[in-house]
Amino acid sequence: MTKINREQLKNMRDLIKTINKNEILVSMGTCGIAAGGDKIYEILKQEIKERDLENIITVKKTGCLGLCFCEPNLVIRLQGLPEIAYGFLNDEMAYKIITEHIMKKSIIDDYVIFLPSIDLFGNNKNHVENGLKYVFVWEPDKKKNLYNTLIKRITSKNLENKIKVFSTKYIGLANKNPILKVLPDNIFYTNFNEDDLDKIIENHFIKNNPMNNFMLLKENKYINIKENDKQHKQIRIVLRNSGYVDPENINDYISRDGFKALEKVLFEMSPDQVIEEVKKSGLRGRGGAGFPTGLKWEITKKVQSEVKYVICNADEGDPGAYMDRSVLEGDPYSVLEGMTICAYAIGANKGYIYVRAEYPLAIKRLQMAIDKSKEYGLLGDNILGTDFSFDIEIRLGAGAFVCGEETALIASIEGKRGMPRARPPFPAVEGLWKEPTVINNVETWANIPIIINKGSEWFASIGTNSSKGTKVFAITGKIKFPGLIEVPIGTSIKEIIYDISGGMLNNKQFKAAQTGGPSGGVIPVEHIDIPIDYESLQKIGSMMGSGGMIIMDEDDCMIDVAKFYVQFTVDESCGKCAPCRIGGKQMLETLKLISSGKAEESDIERLKRISFAMNKASLCGLGQSAPNPVISTLKYFEYEYVEHIRDRKCKTGKCRDLITYIINPEKCIGCGACALRCPVSAISGEKRKPHNIDQLKCIKCGECFITCKFGAINKT
Amino acid sequence: MTLQKEEIKLPQELLDFIKKNKDKKGYEIMILHKVQELYGYIPRKVAMEISRKINVPLARIYGVITFYHIFKLNKPGKYKIQVCMGTACYLKGGQDILGEIENILGTGVNTTTEDGLFSIEIVRCIGCCGIAPAMMINDKVYGNLRKEQLIEILGEYTKLEGKDMKNDKN
Ligand SMILES: Cc1cc2nc3c(=O)[nH]c(=O)nc-3n(C[C@H](O)[C@H](O)[C@H](O)COP(=O)(O)O)c2cc1C
Ligand code: SF4
Ligand code: SF4
Ligand code: SF4
Ligand code: FES
Ligand code: FES
Repeated sequence: MTKINREQLKNMRDLIKTINKNEILVSMGTCGIAAGGDKIYEILKQEIKERDLENIITVKKTGCLGLCFCEPNLVIRLQGLPEIAYGFLNDEMAYKIITEHIMKKSIIDDYVIFLPSIDLFGNNKNHVENGLKYVFVWEPDKKKNLYNTLIKRITSKNLENKIKVFSTKYIGLANKNPILKVLPDNIFYTNFNEDDLDKIIENHFIKNNPMNNFMLLKENKYINIKENDKQHKQIRIVLRNSGYVDPENINDYISRDGFKALEKVLFEMSPDQVIEEVKKSGLRGRGGAGFPTGLKWEITKKVQSEVKYVICNADEGDPGAYMDRSVLEGDPYSVLEGMTICAYAIGANKGYIYVRAEYPLAIKRLQMAIDKSKEYGLLGDNILGTDFSFDIEIRLGAGAFVCGEETALIASIEGKRGMPRARPPFPAVEGLWKEPTVINNVETWANIPIIINKGSEWFASIGTNSSKGTKVFAITGKIKFPGLIEVPIGTSIKEIIYDISGGMLNNKQFKAAQTGGPSGGVIPVEHIDIPIDYESLQKIGSMMGSGGMIIMDEDDCMIDVAKFYVQFTVDESCGKCAPCRIGGKQMLETLKLISSGKAEESDIERLKRISFAMNKASLCGLGQSAPNPVISTLKYFEYEYVEHIRDRKCKTGKCRDLITYIINPEKCIGCGACALRCPVSAISGEKRKPHNIDQLKCIKCGECFITCKFGAINKT
Repeated sequence: MTLQKEEIKLPQELLDFIKKNKDKKGYEIMILHKVQELYGYIPRKVAMEISRKINVPLARIYGVITFYHIFKLNKPGKYKIQVCMGTACYLKGGQDILGEIENILGTGVNTTTEDGLFSIEIVRCIGCCGIAPAMMINDKVYGNLRKEQLIEILGEYTKLEGKDMKNDKN
């Protein structure tokens, strides 16, 4: 491949677009591979080869579908059938996909799942054979009552040759009532009863007149999207290519308007126009602080300097979050294109991607993307034949959370210990090797090409007044469908939990959501309705953060959670300044006293005082925000602190020192099972006589409690 | 004691890597990553040799090594177990997983079993929180872990070594 110019890029794109895409895309990010996606991929490849189907279908790898809970999963686009995804796969299903879905064009019941949003490029037109309708049924109780009823009704009306019914395990949304999805119309129905079912069949399938009153329409969060598509709660802008492209194949990216934005800025826009466009879009940094991106670029552009730098912050330090990893693994070219556009706008020739060493797959795919882009002349010297040159190099993080902070990150790229320094001067003015430097987060970068392509107005139509666009969240913890979601900014936690992520795991009581990681705070049930945006979250004592969202239930202890985060920041403090180094340790010690029942009520005041001091006097964001988990749990759950201190009780049982295990002599039959399991031999007793626990020896591991089959051990 | 100029031959791959990237600014950390990739840790002699080769004082190199958690000064086990203790894994019982592994192997965090086969480390999130609790053994990720599975998982590795997993707890 030689380097290409604008004309050739355009021709290439047009050519690739005409190629008919029959493809199976297996979700193969780190998490997909861990769940067995690689094995499924190999089986499919093998089968296709052995059955001589190579002209009919291609198997590819793709990035994260965000549906971690139903991995391994894949998407199939095959002429004549609607786009179908399958989840919860195993070897047997992989064979079946070939023999049933591909060879007989027959959809396999029960394993169907759905991508949770529309395709931004409208490529997944559901090319369906003559007038056939497909109805997918999702029932939260999995009992298939509705599915069976629907089939009966359809058969009694002699419509079974026109309407095909399938049951599905995930329909892209969630609700407490069953949901129907009709393809190719792309319409969802919910909140209907059995009588309504006949009306829906009659109106939708016979009269071809969909019934608005049962449709899952939501309020208008974004314009420029077809009425039907608004039913989706998610819109994938940052993740627009995950599930559609093979991240290791540049042609796939090019076919989905890849490098079109770069082309547009290089040939049709001045640097100032680019900056203006980004400013108008309202895009704010996705790394946590939410600084307006266009403004940052403008500041750097205005600084007079021969040398400037562009940096991608891919250090993703928030434990419990993986948005950036998914973007890098699923769509590395978008990040490269975003950085190149910025370089053109501010006048930089060199860029760095600082990525965690803990993400080997992301690193590999990024390097492949850089090499390939250079080969095509889309990166490197004289990009697309112009006199603009820009090169990108990867630098690896080395397991220090503080290096996510921009000045520490810069020190680390310079080869030094990653210690933050005081700002100002901000990196925009004096950054890498003292030169003006724009540093943005992975997700921020991935937004850039689409803003240029679709225009700032389009982007600004999504979101709230002060926060535009979407945000990717990694939703984990006690939630039914953990995974990666992308929602318009302004969506509420309640919508995320109940309309997208299926509600609480095991139907437990929601207690709090945590956003912002070690710098953020908890959001209790009374705020579950507030729109998620930078300002609202700050107001209630949390923060947007980079996108970790951890859902906690009645079994989670807030003191334990606060202790977890403070332990984290104490471990990660670089030790440069005293408020953070010493304050953090004192805070941790106090929390440990509370969780072991040795604290006094005055310790709560003490925590508040330390928090205040750390927040005011620490040098960098790590120390300034480290008290947030404590402040916010105190704000909403002070009674829990008081319970631990005054009553020496932890209702959740998480604080081990506050639990006592006692054997109830009435119930104990003296089987001795618990004594065998006890790691410290704290249990003794004669055979067939009630046993006894030596409280001084017991380390509260809970093994005996789990072991006893007679319910003879009480936990108080 | 004077610093002896001990002769140590660096592997060709490392020499090539240094040669190729020597002129890149601030590349020390990347070279250390390469050393760790090849040796599994940063042996002292190699650090000294590197210091000479790239003309950076040894003290500065050690300053960097000790600042970053990822660099290890001691040889890890042949199978490096990294148990995730990020928030998602912590909430879903990561500590129980760690405890069970320690029990089975009879050794603790940041140590290596006597036979040199396994070492245990804690990591903060491997980006698989959707399938928490998770851990890695060398490059392989294990998710949705349950305590009961661990004997079997570790057993697969001991089997590779022609040994039996002894189950102390029966
Ligand atoms: C302790 C600390 C850790 C941080 N970690 C990250 C991180 O992992 N990723 C990130 O993009 N920004 C992180 N930031 C924010 C960066 O300093 C910086 O604001 C950001 O990279 C700017 O990019 P943005 O404007 O696109 O968000 C961190 C900040 C602090 C104080
Ligand atoms: S606040 Fe903490 S992490 Fe930041 S510079 Fe001070 S000691 Fe280091
Ligand atoms: S809780 Fe653990 S240590 Fe205490 S008695 Fe039961 S098994 Fe033994
Ligand atoms: S396992 Fe239960 S019944 Fe058996 S000795 Fe222990 S407490 Fe008693
Ligand atoms: S599906 Fe991508 S992280 Fe799990
Ligand atoms: S918290 Fe364990 S993988 Fe993220």
